[in-house]
Amino acid sequence: MNLEPVDVVVIGAGPAGMAGARTLADLGLSVVLLDEQAAVGGQIYRGIASASATRRTLLGPDYAAGAHLAESVKGATVRHETGASVWQVTRERQVHYLKDGRVRSFAAKAVLLATGAMERPFPIPGWTLPGVMTAGAAQILLKTAGIGPQGPVVLAGCGPLLYLLGWQYLRAGIPIAALVDTSRREDYWRARGHLLAALRAWPYLRKGVSLLRALRKGEVPHYTGAEQLQVDGEGQAQALSFVVDGQSHRLPANTVLLHQGVVPNIQFTQALRAQHRWDDAQLCFVPETDQWGALDVPFISVAGDGAGIGGAQAAALQGQLAALGLARTLGQLTPAQRDAQATPLRAELERNLRIRPFLDALYRPREENRIPARDDVTICRCEEVTAGDVRRFVELGCSGPNQAKSFGRCGMGPCQGRMCGLTVTEIIAKSRGLTPDEVGYYRIRPPIKPITLGELASG
Amino acid sequence: MPTDSLFRRVDAEGGRLITLTFNDQAFQVPSGLTVAAALLLAGVRQFRTSPVGGEARAPYCMMGVCFECLVEIDGVPSRQSCLIEAADGMRIRSQQGARELPFTAAEAVVMEVQP
Repeated sequence: MNLEPVDVVVIGAGPAGMAGARTLADLGLSVVLLDEQAAVGGQIYRGIASASATRRTLLGPDYAAGAHLAESVKGATVRHETGASVWQVTRERQVHYLKDGRVRSFAAKAVLLATGAMERPFPIPGWTLPGVMTAGAAQILLKTAGIGPQGPVVLAGCGPLLYLLGWQYLRAGIPIAALVDTSRREDYWRARGHLLAALRAWPYLRKGVSLLRALRKGEVPHYTGAEQLQVDGEGQAQALSFVVDGQSHRLPANTVLLHQGVVPNIQFTQALRAQHRWDDAQLCFVPETDQWGALDVPFISVAGDGAGIGGAQAAALQGQLAALGLARTLGQLTPAQRDAQATPLRAELERNLRIRPFLDALYRPREENRIPARDDVTICRCEEVTAGDVRRFVELGCSGPNQAKSFGRCGMGPCQGRMCGLTVTEIIAKSRGLTPDEVGYYRIRPPIKPITLGELASG
Repeated sequence: MPTDSLFRRVDAEGGRLITLTFNDQAFQVPSGLTVAAALLLAGVRQFRTSPVGGEARAPYCMMGVCFECLVEIDGVPSRQSCLIEAADGMRIRSQQGARELPFTAAEAVVMEVQP
Protein backbone atom coordinates (compact mmCIF):
# COMPACT_ATOMS: atom_id res chain seq x y z
CA MET A 1 0.00 0.00 0.00
CA ASN A 2 1.39 3.34 -1.12
CA LEU A 3 0.73 6.07 1.45
CA GLU A 4 1.19 9.57 0.13
CA PRO A 5 2.14 12.07 2.84
CA VAL A 6 0.16 15.30 3.19
CA ASP A 7 -0.42 17.85 5.93
CA VAL A 8 -4.22 17.83 5.93
CA VAL A 9 -6.89 15.80 4.15
CA VAL A 10 -10.27 17.54 4.01
CA ILE A 11 -13.21 15.24 3.29
CA GLY A 12 -16.21 16.86 1.65
CA ALA A 13 -16.24 19.88 -0.67
CA GLY A 14 -19.34 21.65 0.65
CA PRO A 15 -19.16 25.04 2.37
CA ALA A 16 -17.30 23.75 5.46
CA GLY A 17 -14.78 21.75 3.43
CA MET A 18 -14.18 24.47 0.86
CA ALA A 19 -13.69 27.21 3.46
CA GLY A 20 -11.57 24.93 5.66
CA ALA A 21 -9.33 23.80 2.79
CA ARG A 22 -8.84 27.38 1.62
CA THR A 23 -7.88 28.56 5.10
CA LEU A 24 -5.46 25.67 5.66
CA ALA A 25 -3.79 26.26 2.29
CA ASP A 26 -3.50 29.99 2.94
CA LEU A 27 -1.67 29.14 6.16
CA GLY A 28 0.96 27.28 4.17
CA LEU A 29 -0.17 23.70 4.74
CA SER A 30 -0.41 21.11 1.97
CA VAL A 31 -4.09 20.27 1.55
CA VAL A 32 -5.98 17.58 -0.33
CA LEU A 33 -9.74 18.04 -0.70
CA LEU A 34 -11.55 14.75 -1.37
CA ASP A 35 -15.14 14.66 -2.63
CA GLU A 36 -17.41 12.15 -4.36
CA GLN A 37 -18.85 14.66 -6.80
CA ALA A 38 -17.39 15.87 -10.08
CA ALA A 39 -17.15 19.46 -8.81
CA VAL A 40 -17.01 21.43 -5.57
CA GLY A 41 -20.17 22.70 -3.87
CA GLY A 42 -21.40 19.84 -1.72
CA GLN A 43 -25.17 19.38 -1.78
CA ILE A 44 -26.15 22.95 -0.89
CA TYR A 45 -24.10 24.47 -3.73
CA ARG A 46 -24.22 21.43 -5.97
CA GLY A 47 -23.38 22.23 -9.58
CA ILE A 48 -22.49 25.82 -8.64
CA ALA A 49 -19.41 25.93 -10.87
CA SER A 50 -21.32 24.90 -13.98
CA ALA A 51 -24.71 26.55 -13.34
CA SER A 52 -25.46 29.38 -15.75
CA ALA A 53 -26.54 32.83 -14.63
CA THR A 54 -30.13 31.93 -15.53
CA ARG A 55 -30.12 28.84 -13.36
CA ARG A 56 -28.48 30.68 -10.48
CA THR A 57 -31.16 33.36 -10.64
CA LEU A 58 -33.89 30.76 -10.65
CA LEU A 59 -32.42 28.99 -7.63
CA GLY A 60 -32.08 32.26 -5.71
CA PRO A 61 -29.39 34.40 -4.07
CA ASP A 62 -28.52 31.91 -1.31
CA TYR A 63 -27.46 29.37 -3.91
CA ALA A 64 -25.62 31.92 -6.06
CA ALA A 65 -23.65 32.98 -2.95
CA GLY A 66 -21.79 29.66 -3.13
CA ALA A 67 -20.04 30.72 -6.33
CA HIS A 68 -17.70 32.98 -4.38
CA LEU A 69 -16.66 30.12 -2.10
CA ALA A 70 -16.12 27.78 -5.06
CA GLU A 71 -13.95 30.39 -6.78
CA SER A 72 -11.89 30.97 -3.64
CA VAL A 73 -10.99 27.31 -3.29
CA LYS A 74 -10.05 27.13 -6.97
CA GLY A 75 -7.67 30.04 -6.50
CA ALA A 76 -5.91 28.40 -3.56
CA THR A 77 -3.20 25.78 -3.64
CA VAL A 78 -5.67 23.07 -2.72
CA ARG A 79 -5.41 19.74 -4.51
CA HIS A 80 -9.02 18.81 -5.21
CA GLU A 81 -9.64 15.14 -6.01
CA THR A 82 -13.04 14.71 -7.67
CA GLY A 83 -14.95 11.44 -7.87
CA ALA A 84 -13.10 10.33 -4.75
CA SER A 85 -15.09 7.97 -2.57
CA VAL A 86 -13.47 7.77 0.87
CA TRP A 87 -14.09 4.33 2.35
CA GLN A 88 -11.89 4.50 5.45
CA VAL A 89 -10.33 7.02 7.80
CA THR A 90 -8.27 5.47 10.58
CA ARG A 91 -7.57 6.94 14.01
CA GLU A 92 -3.94 7.15 12.84
CA ARG A 93 -5.15 9.45 10.03
CA GLN A 94 -4.67 7.14 7.10
CA VAL A 95 -7.27 8.07 4.52
CA HIS A 96 -8.22 5.47 1.93
CA TYR A 97 -10.35 6.33 -1.06
CA LEU A 98 -11.51 4.90 -4.33
CA LYS A 99 -11.11 6.80 -7.56
CA ASP A 100 -11.50 5.48 -11.11
CA GLY A 101 -11.76 1.94 -9.76
CA ARG A 102 -8.44 2.17 -7.89
CA VAL A 103 -7.66 2.52 -4.21
CA ARG A 104 -5.36 5.37 -3.20
CA SER A 105 -4.23 6.37 0.27
CA PHE A 106 -2.90 9.33 2.18
CA ALA A 107 -0.98 9.50 5.43
CA ALA A 108 -2.19 12.82 6.83
CA LYS A 109 -0.92 14.82 9.80
CA ALA A 110 -4.48 15.98 10.34
CA VAL A 111 -7.95 15.29 8.94
CA LEU A 112 -10.88 17.68 8.63
CA LEU A 113 -14.22 15.88 8.23
CA ALA A 114 -16.77 18.02 6.41
CA THR A 115 -19.24 15.39 5.31
CA GLY A 116 -22.28 17.55 5.96
CA ALA A 117 -25.86 16.50 6.37
CA MET A 118 -28.36 14.12 4.86
CA GLU A 119 -32.13 14.16 4.86
CA ARG A 120 -33.75 12.79 7.98
CA PRO A 121 -35.47 9.49 7.21
CA PHE A 122 -39.23 9.92 6.66
CA PRO A 123 -40.61 6.42 7.29
CA ILE A 124 -44.29 6.46 6.31
CA PRO A 125 -46.31 3.83 4.45
CA GLY A 126 -45.32 3.88 0.77
CA TRP A 127 -42.10 5.88 1.11
CA THR A 128 -40.18 3.22 -0.80
CA LEU A 129 -42.35 3.58 -3.93
CA PRO A 130 -40.78 4.98 -7.12
CA GLY A 131 -41.95 8.58 -7.45
CA VAL A 132 -41.26 9.29 -3.78
CA MET A 133 -38.09 11.31 -3.23
CA THR A 134 -36.68 13.70 -0.72
CA ALA A 135 -37.14 17.41 -1.39
CA GLY A 136 -33.34 17.58 -1.36
CA ALA A 137 -33.17 15.01 -4.17
CA ALA A 138 -35.62 17.03 -6.25
CA GLN A 139 -33.58 20.16 -5.61
CA ILE A 140 -30.39 18.39 -6.71
CA LEU A 141 -32.13 17.48 -9.98
CA LEU A 142 -33.01 21.14 -10.42
CA LYS A 143 -29.51 22.38 -9.55
CA THR A 144 -27.49 19.91 -11.57
CA ALA A 145 -29.76 18.93 -14.44
CA GLY A 146 -32.31 21.70 -14.68
CA ILE A 147 -35.13 19.16 -14.51
CA GLY A 148 -38.29 19.16 -12.47
CA PRO A 149 -41.40 17.02 -12.16
CA GLN A 150 -44.27 17.21 -14.59
CA GLY A 151 -47.64 15.85 -13.66
CA PRO A 152 -49.03 16.25 -10.18
CA VAL A 153 -46.34 16.85 -7.55
CA VAL A 154 -47.04 17.16 -3.82
CA LEU A 155 -44.53 18.52 -1.28
CA ALA A 156 -45.01 17.10 2.20
CA GLY A 157 -43.41 17.51 5.61
CA CYS A 158 -41.86 20.58 7.22
CA GLY A 159 -38.74 22.70 7.27
CA PRO A 160 -37.14 25.54 5.32
CA LEU A 161 -35.86 23.35 2.49
CA LEU A 162 -39.41 22.22 1.66
CA TYR A 163 -40.59 25.82 1.28
CA LEU A 164 -37.44 26.85 -0.58
CA LEU A 165 -37.98 24.07 -3.11
CA GLY A 166 -41.61 25.14 -3.53
CA TRP A 167 -40.51 28.72 -4.16
CA GLN A 168 -37.90 27.55 -6.69
CA TYR A 169 -40.47 25.38 -8.47
CA LEU A 170 -42.88 28.29 -8.79
CA ARG A 171 -40.07 30.44 -10.23
CA ALA A 172 -39.28 27.66 -12.69
CA GLY A 173 -42.93 27.44 -13.75
CA ILE A 174 -43.47 24.01 -12.22
CA PRO A 175 -47.00 23.75 -10.83
CA ILE A 176 -47.35 22.31 -7.31
CA ALA A 177 -50.51 20.32 -6.62
CA ALA A 178 -50.27 20.94 -2.86
CA LEU A 179 -48.00 21.71 0.07
CA VAL A 180 -48.88 19.32 2.88
CA ASP A 181 -47.40 20.73 6.06
CA THR A 182 -46.93 18.46 9.07
CA SER A 183 -46.23 21.36 11.45
CA ARG A 184 -49.13 22.45 13.66
CA ARG A 185 -50.30 25.49 15.53
CA GLU A 186 -48.73 24.07 18.72
CA ASP A 187 -45.37 24.12 16.96
CA TYR A 188 -45.69 27.85 16.51
CA TRP A 189 -46.51 28.21 20.21
CA ARG A 190 -43.52 26.12 21.18
CA ALA A 191 -41.23 28.10 18.88
CA ARG A 192 -42.48 31.41 20.29
CA GLY A 193 -40.11 31.12 23.26
CA HIS A 194 -37.20 31.40 20.84
CA LEU A 195 -38.72 34.23 18.84
CA LEU A 196 -36.75 37.02 20.48
CA ALA A 197 -33.42 35.46 19.63
CA ALA A 198 -34.70 34.65 16.17
CA LEU A 199 -35.74 38.25 15.57
CA ARG A 200 -32.13 39.28 16.12
CA ALA A 201 -31.37 37.06 13.14
CA TRP A 202 -34.00 39.04 11.24
CA PRO A 203 -32.72 38.53 7.67
CA TYR A 204 -33.14 34.78 8.08
CA LEU A 205 -36.62 35.12 9.45
CA ARG A 206 -37.66 37.54 6.74
CA LYS A 207 -36.38 35.05 4.18
CA GLY A 208 -38.56 32.32 5.65
CA VAL A 209 -41.62 34.52 5.71
CA SER A 210 -41.05 35.73 2.16
CA LEU A 211 -40.73 32.14 0.96
CA LEU A 212 -44.06 31.24 2.52
CA ARG A 213 -45.67 34.40 1.13
CA ALA A 214 -44.35 33.63 -2.34
CA LEU A 215 -45.76 30.15 -2.02
CA ARG A 216 -49.13 31.50 -0.97
CA LYS A 217 -49.14 34.00 -3.83
CA GLY A 218 -48.50 31.14 -6.16
CA GLU A 219 -51.88 29.91 -4.92
CA VAL A 220 -50.59 26.54 -3.92
CA PRO A 221 -53.13 24.62 -1.82
CA HIS A 222 -51.56 24.53 1.65
CA TYR A 223 -52.65 22.00 4.29
CA THR A 224 -51.26 22.41 7.81
CA GLY A 225 -51.18 20.00 10.72
CA ALA A 226 -51.34 16.98 8.42
CA GLU A 227 -51.19 13.58 10.15
CA GLN A 228 -51.16 9.91 9.12
CA LEU A 229 -49.30 10.57 5.87
CA GLN A 230 -49.31 7.65 3.46
CA VAL A 231 -48.21 7.29 -0.15
CA ASP A 232 -50.57 5.10 -2.15
CA GLY A 233 -49.65 3.23 -5.31
CA GLU A 234 -48.70 -0.07 -6.91
CA GLY A 235 -45.09 -0.01 -8.09
CA GLN A 236 -45.34 3.77 -8.47
CA ALA A 237 -46.63 6.62 -6.31
CA GLN A 238 -50.19 7.52 -7.25
CA ALA A 239 -51.49 9.63 -4.37
CA LEU A 240 -50.69 11.07 -0.97
CA SER A 241 -53.27 10.43 1.75
CA PHE A 242 -53.38 12.29 5.05
CA VAL A 243 -55.69 13.55 7.78
CA VAL A 244 -56.21 17.18 8.87
CA ASP A 245 -58.43 17.88 11.91
CA GLY A 246 -59.96 14.43 11.62
CA GLN A 247 -60.80 14.83 7.95
CA SER A 248 -59.20 12.51 5.40
CA HIS A 249 -57.68 13.81 2.19
CA ARG A 250 -56.28 12.01 -0.82
CA LEU A 251 -54.35 13.99 -3.43
CA PRO A 252 -53.36 12.32 -6.70
CA ALA A 253 -49.59 12.64 -7.23
CA ASN A 254 -46.99 10.86 -9.36
CA THR A 255 -44.22 12.64 -7.52
CA VAL A 256 -44.25 13.00 -3.75
CA LEU A 257 -41.39 15.03 -2.28
CA LEU A 258 -40.79 14.45 1.42
CA HIS A 259 -38.77 16.51 3.86
CA GLN A 260 -38.54 16.84 7.63
CA GLY A 261 -35.17 18.45 8.11
CA VAL A 262 -31.62 17.27 7.73
CA VAL A 263 -29.37 15.44 10.18
CA PRO A 264 -25.58 15.16 10.50
CA ASN A 265 -23.88 12.50 8.42
CA ILE A 266 -21.93 10.75 11.18
CA GLN A 267 -20.61 7.69 9.35
CA PHE A 268 -16.95 8.73 9.70
CA THR A 269 -17.10 10.07 13.25
CA GLN A 270 -18.93 6.90 14.31
CA ALA A 271 -16.44 4.64 12.51
CA LEU A 272 -13.63 6.53 14.29
CA ARG A 273 -15.31 5.68 17.62
CA ALA A 274 -15.45 9.36 18.52
CA GLN A 275 -17.73 10.32 21.40
CA HIS A 276 -21.29 11.21 20.32
CA ARG A 277 -24.31 12.50 22.17
CA TRP A 278 -28.03 12.71 21.41
CA ASP A 279 -29.14 16.27 20.66
CA ASP A 280 -32.75 16.45 21.81
CA ALA A 281 -33.43 19.79 20.10
CA GLN A 282 -32.31 18.48 16.70
CA LEU A 283 -33.33 14.86 17.38
CA CYS A 284 -30.10 13.32 16.16
CA PHE A 285 -26.67 12.16 17.27
CA VAL A 286 -23.84 14.69 17.03
CA PRO A 287 -20.12 14.13 17.63
CA GLU A 288 -18.64 15.76 20.75
CA THR A 289 -16.15 18.46 19.78
CA ASP A 290 -14.31 21.35 21.40
CA GLN A 291 -14.77 24.93 20.18
CA TRP A 292 -12.44 24.24 17.22
CA GLY A 293 -14.42 21.22 16.05
CA ALA A 294 -11.75 18.83 17.35
CA LEU A 295 -12.96 15.32 18.17
CA ASP A 296 -11.65 13.26 21.06
CA VAL A 297 -9.46 11.58 18.41
CA PRO A 298 -6.12 13.44 18.08
CA PHE A 299 -5.63 15.62 14.98
CA ILE A 300 -9.11 14.91 13.62
CA SER A 301 -11.72 17.66 13.50
CA VAL A 302 -15.21 18.04 12.12
CA ALA A 303 -16.85 21.16 10.69
CA GLY A 304 -20.22 22.08 9.25
CA ASP A 305 -23.53 20.24 9.47
CA GLY A 306 -21.73 16.99 10.28
CA ALA A 307 -21.18 18.40 13.77
CA GLY A 308 -24.79 19.56 14.21
CA ILE A 309 -27.13 21.36 11.84
CA GLY A 310 -26.31 25.05 11.43
CA GLY A 311 -26.76 25.72 7.73
CA ALA A 312 -24.39 26.67 4.91
CA GLN A 313 -23.14 30.02 6.18
CA ALA A 314 -22.41 28.66 9.65
CA ALA A 315 -20.68 25.67 8.01
CA ALA A 316 -18.26 27.89 6.10
CA LEU A 317 -17.38 29.75 9.31
CA GLN A 318 -16.95 26.50 11.23
CA GLY A 319 -14.69 25.26 8.42
CA GLN A 320 -12.44 28.26 8.89
CA LEU A 321 -12.42 27.90 12.68
CA ALA A 322 -11.58 24.19 12.47
CA ALA A 323 -8.78 25.04 10.03
CA LEU A 324 -7.34 27.57 12.48
CA GLY A 325 -7.57 25.01 15.27
CA LEU A 326 -5.75 22.37 13.23
CA ALA A 327 -3.14 24.86 12.06
CA ARG A 328 -2.43 25.65 15.70
CA THR A 329 -2.22 21.94 16.57
CA LEU A 330 0.24 21.42 13.71
CA GLY A 331 2.38 24.31 14.96
CA GLN A 332 1.57 26.59 12.02
CA LEU A 333 0.05 29.29 14.26
CA THR A 334 0.65 30.46 17.80
CA PRO A 335 -2.39 30.34 20.09
CA ALA A 336 -2.48 34.15 19.98
CA GLN A 337 -2.47 34.22 16.17
CA ARG A 338 -5.19 31.59 16.06
CA ASP A 339 -7.40 33.43 18.54
CA ALA A 340 -6.94 36.79 16.81
CA GLN A 341 -8.10 35.33 13.50
CA ALA A 342 -10.92 33.41 15.15
CA THR A 343 -12.56 36.28 17.05
CA PRO A 344 -14.45 37.91 14.15
CA LEU A 345 -15.40 34.47 12.78
CA ARG A 346 -16.86 33.45 16.12
CA ALA A 347 -18.93 36.61 16.37
CA GLU A 348 -20.35 36.00 12.91
CA LEU A 349 -20.99 32.34 13.69
CA GLU A 350 -22.89 33.30 16.82
CA ARG A 351 -25.10 35.67 14.78
CA ASN A 352 -25.69 32.90 12.25
CA LEU A 353 -26.73 30.34 14.81
CA ARG A 354 -29.22 32.57 16.68
CA ILE A 355 -32.07 31.46 14.43
CA ARG A 356 -31.46 27.74 15.09
CA PRO A 357 -33.39 27.22 18.35
CA PHE A 358 -36.39 28.85 16.69
CA LEU A 359 -36.14 26.69 13.56
CA ASP A 360 -35.50 23.53 15.60
CA ALA A 361 -38.59 24.19 17.71
CA LEU A 362 -40.83 25.29 14.85
CA TYR A 363 -39.92 22.45 12.50
CA ARG A 364 -39.44 19.68 15.03
CA PRO A 365 -40.42 16.51 13.14
CA ARG A 366 -43.46 14.81 14.61
CA GLU A 367 -42.98 11.60 16.47
CA GLU A 368 -45.35 9.67 14.19
CA ASN A 369 -43.08 10.55 11.23
CA ARG A 370 -39.97 9.36 13.05
CA ILE A 371 -41.28 6.37 14.96
CA PRO A 372 -43.98 4.77 12.80
CA ALA A 373 -47.01 3.68 14.83
CA ARG A 374 -48.00 1.18 12.17
CA ASP A 375 -46.11 -2.10 12.29
CA ASP A 376 -46.09 -2.59 8.50
CA VAL A 377 -44.00 0.50 7.68
CA THR A 378 -40.62 -0.34 6.14
CA ILE A 379 -37.83 1.36 8.07
CA CYS A 380 -34.73 -0.40 6.70
CA ARG A 381 -35.24 0.10 2.97
CA CYS A 382 -32.30 -2.12 1.96
CA GLU A 383 -33.20 -5.25 3.91
CA GLU A 384 -36.94 -4.47 4.03
CA VAL A 385 -37.28 -4.58 7.79
CA THR A 386 -40.45 -3.01 9.24
CA ALA A 387 -41.10 -1.00 12.40
CA GLY A 388 -43.07 -4.00 13.70
CA ASP A 389 -40.10 -6.29 13.06
CA VAL A 390 -37.87 -4.09 15.24
CA ARG A 391 -40.48 -3.97 18.01
CA ARG A 392 -40.65 -7.78 17.86
CA PHE A 393 -36.85 -7.95 18.08
CA VAL A 394 -37.08 -5.89 21.27
CA GLU A 395 -39.70 -8.28 22.71
CA LEU A 396 -37.28 -11.12 21.98
CA GLY A 397 -34.53 -9.37 23.94
CA CYS A 398 -32.89 -7.11 21.35
CA SER A 399 -31.37 -4.30 23.38
CA GLY A 400 -29.96 -1.93 20.76
CA PRO A 401 -29.34 -1.16 17.08
CA ASN A 402 -26.36 -3.50 16.80
CA GLN A 403 -28.35 -6.46 18.05
CA ALA A 404 -31.09 -5.54 15.54
CA LYS A 405 -28.59 -6.45 12.84
CA SER A 406 -28.28 -10.03 14.01
CA PHE A 407 -32.00 -10.31 14.76
CA GLY A 408 -33.02 -9.43 11.23
CA ARG A 409 -30.30 -7.85 9.10
CA CYS A 410 -31.65 -4.39 9.88
CA GLY A 411 -29.09 -1.79 8.75
CA MET A 412 -26.90 -4.32 6.94
CA GLY A 413 -27.73 -3.50 3.32
CA PRO A 414 -25.76 -1.30 0.92
CA CYS A 415 -26.64 1.99 2.68
CA GLN A 416 -25.08 0.61 5.89
CA GLY A 417 -27.76 1.99 8.14
CA ARG A 418 -27.71 5.55 6.85
CA MET A 419 -31.43 5.45 6.02
CA CYS A 420 -32.64 3.62 9.13
CA GLY A 421 -30.11 4.33 11.91
CA LEU A 422 -32.00 7.12 13.66
CA THR A 423 -35.34 5.35 13.25
CA VAL A 424 -34.04 2.12 14.75
CA THR A 425 -32.51 3.97 17.70
CA GLU A 426 -35.74 5.84 18.39
CA ILE A 427 -38.00 2.79 18.00
CA ILE A 428 -35.88 0.74 20.39
CA ALA A 429 -35.58 3.65 22.87
CA LYS A 430 -39.34 4.14 22.90
CA SER A 431 -40.10 0.42 23.18
CA ARG A 432 -37.65 -0.02 26.06
CA GLY A 433 -38.43 3.26 27.81
CA LEU A 434 -34.85 4.46 27.48
CA THR A 435 -33.23 7.56 26.02
CA PRO A 436 -31.60 7.44 22.56
CA ASP A 437 -28.25 8.03 24.31
CA GLU A 438 -28.77 4.88 26.39
CA VAL A 439 -29.74 2.85 23.34
CA GLY A 440 -26.92 4.19 21.14
CA TYR A 441 -26.35 3.97 17.42
CA TYR A 442 -25.13 1.36 14.96
CA ARG A 443 -21.47 0.47 15.27
CA ILE A 444 -20.22 1.71 11.90
CA ARG A 445 -17.33 -0.19 10.38
CA PRO A 446 -15.28 0.36 7.24
CA PRO A 447 -15.65 0.19 4.33
CA ILE A 448 -17.84 3.27 4.64
CA LYS A 449 -18.59 2.93 0.94
CA PRO A 450 -18.88 -0.44 -0.84
CA ILE A 451 -15.70 -1.55 -2.53
CA THR A 452 -14.93 -4.75 -4.43
CA LEU A 453 -12.10 -7.06 -3.50
CA GLY A 454 -10.58 -6.36 -6.90
CA GLU A 455 -10.54 -2.64 -6.17
CA LEU A 456 -9.17 -3.28 -2.70
CA ALA A 457 -6.35 -5.33 -4.21
CA SER A 458 -5.52 -2.47 -6.61
CA GLY A 459 -4.17 -0.37 -3.72
CA MET B 1 -38.82 2.12 -21.54
CA PRO B 2 -41.79 4.36 -20.77
CA THR B 3 -41.81 7.61 -22.68
CA ASP B 4 -44.19 9.51 -20.38
CA SER B 5 -41.47 10.81 -18.11
CA LEU B 6 -42.36 12.19 -14.70
CA PHE B 7 -39.68 14.85 -15.29
CA ARG B 8 -39.04 17.54 -17.83
CA ARG B 9 -36.33 20.09 -18.46
CA VAL B 10 -37.06 23.54 -17.10
CA ASP B 11 -34.19 25.27 -18.90
CA ALA B 12 -32.49 24.63 -22.21
CA GLU B 13 -29.02 24.28 -20.74
CA GLY B 14 -26.66 21.37 -21.03
CA GLY B 15 -24.19 20.20 -23.59
CA ARG B 16 -24.61 18.23 -26.80
CA LEU B 17 -26.87 15.20 -26.90
CA ILE B 18 -25.37 11.87 -25.97
CA THR B 19 -26.83 8.41 -26.54
CA LEU B 20 -27.16 5.82 -23.81
CA THR B 21 -29.02 2.54 -23.58
CA PHE B 22 -31.20 1.29 -20.76
CA ASN B 23 -31.98 -2.43 -20.97
CA ASP B 24 -30.86 -2.29 -24.64
CA GLN B 25 -33.19 0.57 -25.57
CA ALA B 26 -31.35 3.66 -26.79
CA PHE B 27 -32.23 7.19 -25.68
CA GLN B 28 -30.67 10.62 -25.87
CA VAL B 29 -30.05 13.17 -23.12
CA PRO B 30 -27.96 16.32 -22.87
CA SER B 31 -24.45 15.69 -21.59
CA GLY B 32 -23.51 16.74 -18.09
CA LEU B 33 -26.24 14.83 -16.23
CA THR B 34 -25.71 12.05 -13.74
CA VAL B 35 -26.84 8.63 -14.92
CA ALA B 36 -29.75 8.78 -12.44
CA ALA B 37 -30.92 12.18 -13.72
CA ALA B 38 -30.58 10.97 -17.32
CA LEU B 39 -32.71 7.89 -16.65
CA LEU B 40 -35.40 9.87 -14.81
CA LEU B 41 -35.53 12.45 -17.61
CA ALA B 42 -35.80 9.66 -20.17
CA GLY B 43 -38.86 8.27 -18.38
CA VAL B 44 -37.35 5.35 -16.48
CA ARG B 45 -39.46 4.97 -13.35
CA GLN B 46 -38.15 1.74 -11.92
CA PHE B 47 -34.37 1.38 -11.60
CA ARG B 48 -34.29 -1.99 -9.89
CA THR B 49 -36.23 -4.43 -7.78
CA SER B 50 -35.37 -4.98 -4.15
CA PRO B 51 -33.48 -8.14 -3.19
CA VAL B 52 -35.84 -9.32 -0.45
CA GLY B 53 -39.38 -8.57 -1.58
CA GLY B 54 -38.87 -7.79 -5.27
CA GLU B 55 -40.34 -4.31 -4.83
CA ALA B 56 -39.92 -1.63 -7.48
CA ARG B 57 -37.36 0.99 -6.44
CA ALA B 58 -36.06 4.27 -7.84
CA PRO B 59 -33.74 7.06 -6.65
CA TYR B 60 -34.68 8.56 -3.29
CA CYS B 61 -31.83 10.84 -2.13
CA MET B 62 -29.80 11.68 -5.28
CA MET B 63 -26.74 12.29 -3.10
CA GLY B 64 -25.12 8.90 -2.64
CA VAL B 65 -26.72 8.00 0.68
CA CYS B 66 -29.71 5.72 0.03
CA PHE B 67 -28.33 3.30 -2.61
CA GLU B 68 -31.80 3.01 -4.20
CA CYS B 69 -30.44 4.10 -7.61
CA LEU B 70 -28.14 1.08 -8.05
CA VAL B 71 -27.90 -0.08 -11.67
CA GLU B 72 -25.48 -2.02 -13.83
CA ILE B 73 -23.28 0.27 -15.94
CA ASP B 74 -21.13 -1.18 -18.74
CA GLY B 75 -21.27 -4.61 -17.15
CA VAL B 76 -20.39 -3.48 -13.61
CA PRO B 77 -23.27 -4.11 -11.19
CA SER B 78 -24.39 -2.06 -8.18
CA ARG B 79 -23.16 1.33 -9.38
CA GLN B 80 -24.58 4.41 -7.64
CA SER B 81 -26.10 6.10 -10.67
CA CYS B 82 -26.64 9.40 -8.84
CA LEU B 83 -22.87 9.83 -8.43
CA ILE B 84 -21.76 8.89 -11.95
CA GLU B 85 -21.84 11.25 -14.89
CA ALA B 86 -23.56 9.88 -17.99
CA ALA B 87 -21.18 9.32 -20.91
CA ASP B 88 -21.89 8.72 -24.58
CA GLY B 89 -22.41 5.03 -25.32
CA MET B 90 -22.98 3.91 -21.73
CA ARG B 91 -24.89 0.65 -21.47
CA ILE B 92 -27.12 0.67 -18.42
CA ARG B 93 -29.21 -2.19 -17.12
CA SER B 94 -31.71 -2.40 -14.30
CA GLN B 95 -30.90 -4.70 -11.44
CA GLN B 96 -33.41 -7.38 -10.55
CA GLY B 97 -33.31 -8.52 -6.96
CA ALA B 98 -29.94 -9.39 -5.52
CA ARG B 99 -27.16 -8.76 -7.97
CA GLU B 100 -25.94 -11.88 -9.69
CA LEU B 101 -22.61 -12.91 -8.31
CA PRO B 102 -20.25 -14.26 -10.92
CA PHE B 103 -18.35 -15.82 -7.98
CA THR B 104 -14.93 -14.67 -8.96
CA ALA B 105 -12.94 -13.33 -6.06
CA ALA B 106 -12.17 -10.08 -7.85
CA GLU B 107 -15.85 -9.26 -8.20
CA ALA B 108 -17.31 -10.09 -4.82
CA VAL B 109 -18.57 -7.01 -3.07
CA VAL B 110 -17.09 -6.51 0.37
CA MET B 111 -19.89 -5.70 2.74
CA GLU B 112 -20.14 -5.68 6.45
CA VAL B 113 -21.26 -9.04 7.74
CA GLN B 114 -20.71 -8.88 11.47
CA PRO B 115 -23.51 -7.95 13.84
